[in-house]
Amino acid sequence: MKQSQNVVIKGTKDGLTLQLSDKCSYSELIEELTEKLDAVTKDGENALITVTVQTGNRYLTEEEKEELRQLIRQRRHLVVEDIRSNVLTIDEAIQWKEENEIVSYTGRIRSGQVLEVPGDLLLIGDVNPGGAVMAGGSIFIMGALKGMAHAGCYGNDNAVIAAGKMMPSQLRISSHLTRSPDRYDEEDITESECAFINEAQQLVIDRLQVLKYLRPDLSTFKGGF
Amino acid sequence: MGEAIVITSGKGGVGKTTTTANLGTALALQEKKVCLVDTDIGLRNLDVVMGLENRIIYDLVDVVEERCKTHQALVKDKRFNDLLYLLPAAQTTDKSAVTPEQMKKLVDELKQDYDYILIDCPAGIEQGYKNAVAGADRAIVVTTPEKSSVRDADRVIGLLEKEEGMAPPKLVVNRIRNHMVKEGDMLDVDEVAAHLSIELIGIVADDDEVIKSSHNGEPVAHNPNNRASIAYRNIARRILGESVPLQPLEQEKDTFFTKLKRFIGMS
Repeated sequence: MKQSQNVVIKGTKDGLTLQLSDKCSYSELIEELTEKLDAVTKDGENALITVTVQTGNRYLTEEEKEELRQLIRQRRHLVVEDIRSNVLTIDEAIQWKEENEIVSYTGRIRSGQVLEVPGDLLLIGDVNPGGAVMAGGSIFIMGALKGMAHAGCYGNDNAVIAAGKMMPSQLRISSHLTRSPDRYDEEDITESECAFINEAQQLVIDRLQVLKYLRPDLSTFKGGF
Repeated sequence: MGEAIVITSGKGGVGKTTTTANLGTALALQEKKVCLVDTDIGLRNLDVVMGLENRIIYDLVDVVEERCKTHQALVKDKRFNDLLYLLPAAQTTDKSAVTPEQMKKLVDELKQDYDYILIDCPAGIEQGYKNAVAGADRAIVVTTPEKSSVRDADRVIGLLEKEEGMAPPKLVVNRIRNHMVKEGDMLDVDEVAAHLSIELIGIVADDDEVIKSSHNGEPVAHNPNNRASIAYRNIARRILGESVPLQPLEQEKDTFFTKLKRFIGMS
């Protein structure tokens, strides 16, 4: 008889929640989980049940997470939705920070140069034709964009590209791509513009002001005025 | 201790060699001791433009491989009294015959004896470019007012800005055809300068005399009256630190009306 329960199974309206204790060893945990799962699994049950795993303050490596998934998935009607943990490694924390911060750069991106950042990019300067800027998040250019810009380059459809003077050779957001007209008339470019992916999954350019409604998440300002 | 200036462009055919020859001549006319170095190994032609081709005995590769002393390879320009020299490139081998370290050593050696070392860079951004830039203290980027050459100049400026210990590059806009600029078929100088956003040190008009002088092996800078020559001489003065205003490119042809206006005192 074990003193405490290392695995607690709770049923909610969204499916099952498995609470795994962070006080025991990993092998103990796996053993008990297998036992419990065997006990609750009934033959002949066909409806799929989603399972959320909570690991508390235990850090699981990718391999361990995969092992857990395998273990649960072996019961035919169980589907792992998410594995949640309270802990992050320093590397993951740094990666998370990089992907969520705005990196600023002053200067001109010249032909042949590529500026790539994991998060959002604030460029105080121009991108010349033949130059390229890439960001995991959105791209904000204070000057003229005459080269190529690729926002959400790791696959973020919500990323946007804004520029003081939008006359790019090519725009890319996530896996969408658009090419500039072959000729720009100077009068066409009068105000700041932004590019985004609209509901029809098309990459379009519009006035900067529309972003407020389309991408409210871009505002990180908290407080009132 | 002299100063080494590399003349580069990225694109070929924009007038690097002509600019090198003329700036060298113009600096020598200002009583400066100048050595021109042709780094276009395998495709040398600075010697031809200077009219010094048939006096070459040794070349840059001979110097680097220590087959001769540096001063033995230098070809003296007889038009000057001991002011202008040329270190020709080798014609029989290619760019890989020299390394950037060797070039730097060579240029440092030349800097002891000369006020200015002008390094004529080959087109491209490969080995030849790297060799040419290795020993330079500053750079002059030559471009023509065409999109392709401005694009390449932009690329080269980006590379030059990454070089350590190199002063910000200066710009020469070469071969400007005024009538085409006016009709909007060519970029104008301000557009080029704004696009590249580096200091403009000279503008040179497209002039038949430049081609003719290269053909004859006598740099146009010797001619005191030609507009391209004056432009090159002004660049030389700016290199020396003088502040010379950019001369207007307009060479207004006298039409009947301008003559008439002048006659009645309207302009």
